[in-house]
Amino acid sequence: MKRIVTALVHNRSGVLNRVTGLFTKRQFNIESISVGYTEVEGISRMTFVVNVEDDRKIEQLMKQLHKQIDVLKVTDITDQGVVARELALIKVLSTGQTRSEINGIVEPFRASIIDVARDSVTVQVTGETSKIEAIIDLLRPYGIKEIARTGITAFARGNGKSVTDLKQYSIVN
Amino acid sequence: MRAKLEAEPASQAQAEKVNGADMLMKALREEQVDILFGYPGGAVLPIYDALYKAPIRHVLARHEQGAIHAAEGYARVSGKPGVVIATSGPGATNLVTGIADAMMDSLPLVIFTGQVASGVIGTDAFQEADVVGITMPITKHNYQVRDIKDLPRIVKEAFHIASTGRPGPVLVDIPKDLTVQDAPPVKEVEMDLPGYQPNLHPNPLQIRKLVDAIKVSKKPVILAGAGVLHGKASEELKNFAELYELPVIHTLLGLGGFPADHPLFLGMAGMHGCYTSNMALYECDLLINIGARFDDRLTGNLATFAPKAKVVHIDIDPAEIGKNVTTHIPIVADSREALLKILEHEAVRGDTEEWHRHLQAYKLENPFWYTKTNDVLSPQLLIEQVYEMTNGEAVVTTDVGQHQMWAAQYYSFKKPNNWVTSGGLGTMGFGFPAAIGAQLANPASKVVAFVGDGGFQMTLQELVLLKELNLPVKVVLLNNSTLGMVRQWQETFYEERYSQSLFSLQPDFVKLAESYGIKGYRVKNQEEAECVLKEALTSDEPVLIDCLVNPKENVYPMVAPGKGIHEMLGVKP
Repeated sequence: MKRIVTALVHNRSGVLNRVTGLFTKRQFNIESISVGYTEVEGISRMTFVVNVEDDRKIEQLMKQLHKQIDVLKVTDITDQGVVARELALIKVLSTGQTRSEINGIVEPFRASIIDVARDSVTVQVTGETSKIEAIIDLLRPYGIKEIARTGITAFARGNGKSVTDLKQYSIVN
Repeated sequence: MRAKLEAEPASQAQAEKVNGADMLMKALREEQVDILFGYPGGAVLPIYDALYKAPIRHVLARHEQGAIHAAEGYARVSGKPGVVIATSGPGATNLVTGIADAMMDSLPLVIFTGQVASGVIGTDAFQEADVVGITMPITKHNYQVRDIKDLPRIVKEAFHIASTGRPGPVLVDIPKDLTVQDAPPVKEVEMDLPGYQPNLHPNPLQIRKLVDAIKVSKKPVILAGAGVLHGKASEELKNFAELYELPVIHTLLGLGGFPADHPLFLGMAGMHGCYTSNMALYECDLLINIGARFDDRLTGNLATFAPKAKVVHIDIDPAEIGKNVTTHIPIVADSREALLKILEHEAVRGDTEEWHRHLQAYKLENPFWYTKTNDVLSPQLLIEQVYEMTNGEAVVTTDVGQHQMWAAQYYSFKKPNNWVTSGGLGTMGFGFPAAIGAQLANPASKVVAFVGDGGFQMTLQELVLLKELNLPVKVVLLNNSTLGMVRQWQETFYEERYSQSLFSLQPDFVKLAESYGIKGYRVKNQEEAECVLKEALTSDEPVLIDCLVNPKENVYPMVAPGKGIHEMLGVKP
């Protein structure tokens, strides 16, 4: 099953190495990982999408992450009301004739064309993973030259109301 | 979490410049370090220069691995962090086995490694290795000092992390140029560890659940691990077991936490544990694990481990709870704190009379056994002899393999912190240097190192330290000219194809001891052993006894890989 886990970490040298090393050591599969600064200086947020077999495995992952000295807080936000977004850059083959067709795809997705070359255009799209998959599918017939995706970054919605039953993995009892 | 360092009077600071290495010595003194285990080299020359003037004892091992295993022995016996210094590159990589060993067995170590100068890090400089990267998965935490003004804080944090919560090794990597830089004056050192807050106190609700579970249990059992020793909870464990009349089982590393001669003690459980303990784990309806991590050598096949039991797990490390065995009552706490809280409750026992009778019958019918022969020396008998002659009060260290299991089976520990062995990592070559550290930690104690001829040859260069430091360690070498445990597995599971497990040539261990200036003996049978042991164990000098033991002897009972611990081989002759 797919889980989204966020961790607040000390922005110290080697912290990404510590966390990814831990995933390797304990045989967890990371689907995506994104890291960036938060509103607090010196603290970064990591967002992982992981694929685990069962509840025990995700519980282990959370506990092992929490054990890292540089990790301040770990939350599994999968079952909470979350805002999860990903950004993708897609370079599509495009001649003069197809450019307007591509435009017709880009607009309803609220994506944008951020670069135009003689034989290609680069589309930037932001949204949930399913939306990004959808636009990639639509653009594929034109010929995709390159894709770069950031992976999901996410946190819980304001007020933190959960949309489904909240599964708690408590670190302390 | 503040500690005051003596403020340097400004005038004096000007008169005598302090560099990074001096600063390190000062920080070590602040942590009450009185002994270092190490080996010098290029990148730590300034540190060794500062050490030259510092009032800290340094034990010069002959190999970095010897130094770190000695530090582990020291930590295990003294309860204080063992402190190790090695140079960059090969010095540091030679420590890797010891660091991994300490991580697995939760031993507090603080390790300082030199690093090439900041300016050339990352250029594959002479004796450069990415030690922080290499040791990341085998340390509780590690640091590379980037600015000399951070050093006092890092040292303070390193000792704090190593010795609190679940203990473990912490490594501090120090680039050479920082150790010769002028160090700014330090007045107050404050730790900055918001992400590290070990939870010592149990949730009272969970303790209540445990106490209630005991009331209704007909077949309860305590499984006590090394967490009892780390938490200094032996006394509380004894009170708890006696008050509720609960039988006690130990893990390999927990031995000594509960007195082996106590009527409630069943014995060690696991792959080579005793019949009664393994069966008690299989049959119990309430399993109270205190500070053990359900290691696979203890549990055997998890599918048939304690199948009928409600499992209580008390551990200071929440990640150990539920990792291998489904737990019904998890209690995150320091072992002693948890036991003290349990003892606050009124003790109501369940109806366990039948259970105790049942276990006593098991105990009587299925003791450890071996065949006594006159012509060859039984290794088990040898250990029993040492046990009797030392009244079970010696500090015992072992290597890894058959002799380790026999020592665990036949040397009955009455007191905590007398047992030093490599459990989790199973490090051959551990036992002998660990004995050196154990003797240094406890000079008045009798220290016996049971070693095999395989493991001993991995670190025997440290023999020189016995003479040099006049440490009266008794090295009892159980010499069967084979890698006994490998041979036993090959006999049992590989149709007696003894691939590379029989030594065709051995050194003369007596002459070897003599060449290091140590008295050496060789014994071949029971009478010789008795005579020599009597002399050796009462002597106040270091001794090596080369005991030629039966090479065909196997460790029993034995749980075959993949089997449950109730499915033992060789329970009876």
